Amino acid sequence: MTVAVLNFGGSNCDRDVVKALRRLEVPADVVWYKDEDRVADADAAVLPGGFSYGDYLRAGAMAARTPVMDRVRELVEEGAPVLGICNGAQILCEADVVQGAYAQNLSAKFQCEPARLRVETTDTPFTRELSEGDVIEVPIAHAEGRYVPDDLDALLDEDRVLFRYVDENGDATDEANPNGSVDNIAGVVGESRNVAAMMPHPERASHPLLGSDDGLDVLAGFDAADSE
Amino acid sequence: MTYEAVVRVTLKEGVLDPEAKTIGKSLRRLGFDVDGVRTADEYVVEFDAADEEEARAEAEEMCESLLANPTIHDYTVEVR
Repeated sequence: MTVAVLNFGGSNCDRDVVKALRRLEVPADVVWYKDEDRVADADAAVLPGGFSYGDYLRAGAMAARTPVMDRVRELVEEGAPVLGICNGAQILCEADVVQGAYAQNLSAKFQCEPARLRVETTDTPFTRELSEGDVIEVPIAHAEGRYVPDDLDALLDEDRVLFRYVDENGDATDEANPNGSVDNIAGVVGESRNVAAMMPHPERASHPLLGSDDGLDVLAGFDAADSE
Repeated sequence: MTYEAVVRVTLKEGVLDPEAKTIGKSLRRLGFDVDGVRTADEYVVEFDAADEEEARAEAEEMCESLLANPTIHDYTVEVR
């Protein structure tokens, strides 16, 4: 499986994602967003973190409306794994590939800190290495990460919450919610469960030297050898 | 005819506005008796249209497709 890690002007976590995927021996390359053919030819895609288009208008709003997003939609329709991380998650929401929107953190500050995530569903490539209720440590780094769903009931009914922010006991408390996200939601999957959006950065938890390598379990969703 | 659409984008009622809250706190600290603050973004878009009605419809479409995010925003359009 070759993973296209998209680079929009202003993406800045693209190389970290490639490095983390290569640690898993998953072939991955940074692909410039105008190089649409390479995205179309890829077996999977990551929309990485950063500040695409300088966060003009709203985080992710400009990138969400670039032509390459049609290629990303096609990958999703084909059933390829597609993951949006942080700014990539904002882009997927702005593009309506997954439902919801990201508003400013309740703190009104940029927050860069460790977060505990509880796995809420394993019916998606990105948590198939994990079990429901597992808690992983993956850092967040964002100013607009307060998830507001379009239709919370649909998310819950269809079991589309991927991760929730939880405390040391694994409980989704207000104190454990770093940004005011509705229902402590840290990640969601789309209607087709091969696409997911999450604010925490799995690539920043991809080596013991980084304090955690729990993020590798998420990125393992791109490891074709593990599928089926 | 050239029109100017003044688009005002606000957070929907019920969507918390931490920036406004912080500004309100600061105003109160300065001694202003402020009950609340709301923030808004304003965009002034210049374009040609046949008449005011068409200009308004066009501006509203701009809001729906880019300027506002319907999940969290309301918007108003004033055409001049």
